[in-house]
Amino acid sequence: MTDTAMLAPSTPSEPAPAEKKELTEALLYLDAVTVTFDGFRALNALSFTVDPGEMRAVIGPNGAGKTTMMDVITGKTRPDRGDVFFNGGTTDLTKLDETQIATLGIGRKFQKPTVFENHTVLDNLRLALKGQRRALPNIFHRESAAARERIDEIFETIRLTEHRERLGGALSHGQKQWLEIGMLLAQDPKLLLVDEPVAGMTDAETAQTAELLREINANGHSVVVVEHDMTFVRDLGVRVMCLHEGSVLAEGTLDQVSANERVIEVYLGR
Amino acid sequence: MSITRQPALLGTSGIIFLAVLFAASVLVPVLNLAVAPDSAVHVPTYVVSLLGKYLTYALLALSVDLIWGYVGILSLGQGAFFALGGYAMGMYLMRQIGTRGVYGDPVLPDFMVFLNWKELPWFWYGFDWFPFAALMVLLAPGILALVFGWFAFRSRVTGVYLSIITQAMTFALLLAFFRNDMGFGGNNGLTDFKDILGFNIQADGTRLTLFVLSALALGLGYVLCRFLVRSHFGKVLVAIRDAETRVRFTGYRAENYKLVAFVVSAMLAGIAGALYVPQVGIINPSEFSPANSIEIIVWVAVGGRGTLVGAALGAVLVNYAKTYFTSGMLAPYWLFMLGGLFVAVTLFLPKGIVGTYYDWREKRRRHDDIPAAPLAAPGPAE
Repeated sequence: MTDTAMLAPSTPSEPAPAEKKELTEALLYLDAVTVTFDGFRALNALSFTVDPGEMRAVIGPNGAGKTTMMDVITGKTRPDRGDVFFNGGTTDLTKLDETQIATLGIGRKFQKPTVFENHTVLDNLRLALKGQRRALPNIFHRESAAARERIDEIFETIRLTEHRERLGGALSHGQKQWLEIGMLLAQDPKLLLVDEPVAGMTDAETAQTAELLREINANGHSVVVVEHDMTFVRDLGVRVMCLHEGSVLAEGTLDQVSANERVIEVYLGR
Repeated sequence: MSITRQPALLGTSGIIFLAVLFAASVLVPVLNLAVAPDSAVHVPTYVVSLLGKYLTYALLALSVDLIWGYVGILSLGQGAFFALGGYAMGMYLMRQIGTRGVYGDPVLPDFMVFLNWKELPWFWYGFDWFPFAALMVLLAPGILALVFGWFAFRSRVTGVYLSIITQAMTFALLLAFFRNDMGFGGNNGLTDFKDILGFNIQADGTRLTLFVLSALALGLGYVLCRFLVRSHFGKVLVAIRDAETRVRFTGYRAENYKLVAFVVSAMLAGIAGALYVPQVGIINPSEFSPANSIEIIVWVAVGGRGTLVGAALGAVLVNYAKTYFTSGMLAPYWLFMLGGLFVAVTLFLPKGIVGTYYDWREKRRRHDDIPAAPLAAPGPAE
């Protein structure tokens, strides 16, 4: 029983020993995940864990495998090798498809903001709101008072209340990013995977987004954020993991990671 | 403070649409029966059937709009479902002929006697009973759509590839129904009908009833589609059309939603086919031809994709033009005109007639809503 080593993830430079899956208490557990596209190793024996309630930032140069990592977790890509477990090792994500994984409680924000452009902002949230997902019952679905309240709350959180009747497609880039985060919140996932949330945002919007994600995290959701913007990562103030060539290069606080020689060499530059 | 502005089940255009249908189903019978044949406003019976045919086409277009306009499934094989519904009705009508056929066989339709068949094939059993035939009008297209859609949508076949396999489906059925030993009358199809539910199919009263039933079916089909697209289910359909991946990651099984819409659409097309056959008096394999299915797409594009009313309007307008032009000197050029129309609509009226009207109305409404804000918008230079 060596689970004490796992419970104290205080040795970021050392890769965690491969625990037995039933022993993990991590919300998300990746072990030796390898994905190859036409001979190119997008992920190379990638291993890491995310604890319940944790927020983690992921940085790394282009092609480091950040988006592929999200594809594997959300069921879009099947790994060639390796384990991906959710919920303390109880659920093998490699056996499920996107819809099942979404239903389990993993929400994903895409790099390019993806909202339903021809629906109002309100309908976007209604569609995302946790609830009935089956086709036939939804023909006769009626919105409950609780659902309306929850949507109002989310509107407050994402600061789009006055835009609720506008079409999703009419929002600005930054507003779309927030709407998409709001849609994730409406799904009420245990884990949010957020891909480059502040790309194309102004400085003020970036700061607000950091605040928004911290708020979401404080409400008990685990969050994994992929981002290039170092100011934003610093604003988040969370553990940072740097990916390179499909595996973890360094992990720790932002200061530790940015002091790492290899990280400076491949990513931050001198 | 949740203000939920849900569009009404019937918008203004929906009410106008149903009112026009209702007016037509009152006026046409009156002008046919109560007005003297030499009067200028008399509607001859052949025109009644022609209008009835347009209405069945409108219902067919509506069925295409449900899946193309709202789910993004460009089916180039919708004619197959229409034809299957038509064949189910045709089989019933064949069985009603009885001994009045050329060969006078009480059970076998003429073409079977001609082929020297001794007994009725098993798949013709039950078609002499109208409720069974009516059920088959729904089930034959519905089950084909269910099986086809199940495989296509689960395998995530989308876009052009889906269009191509729907086309292949209808083409395969065309070839199959051409064969005499399929037992559906081969090349000649089913024709020479006498009665429907005991009424003479040629009689004015029957023709008018079929016309009114077509109007009713179109009206109910419209209300059903409207109900579906306004529901939470319908919003998911539109979401699938615009961002299918996002829908999957939101936890919806996109393939199931598509399947339900596809099956409903196929059944509507089947009903349209069943009403079409007694009014035109024949069903043959040419109804399966891919060109027919493509024509339906043109109707919907002309009227306005994703508007429902537009699909019906487009079907009636294009078919009226077809009747008009193919009966005159311009007949050889009709296909060029149809092709030209499609190109012109795609280039100059990409949202179709009704879609363009909606845009214009929306723009005007917004213009009215927003009070003069001198600082907000740059006005014209003075």
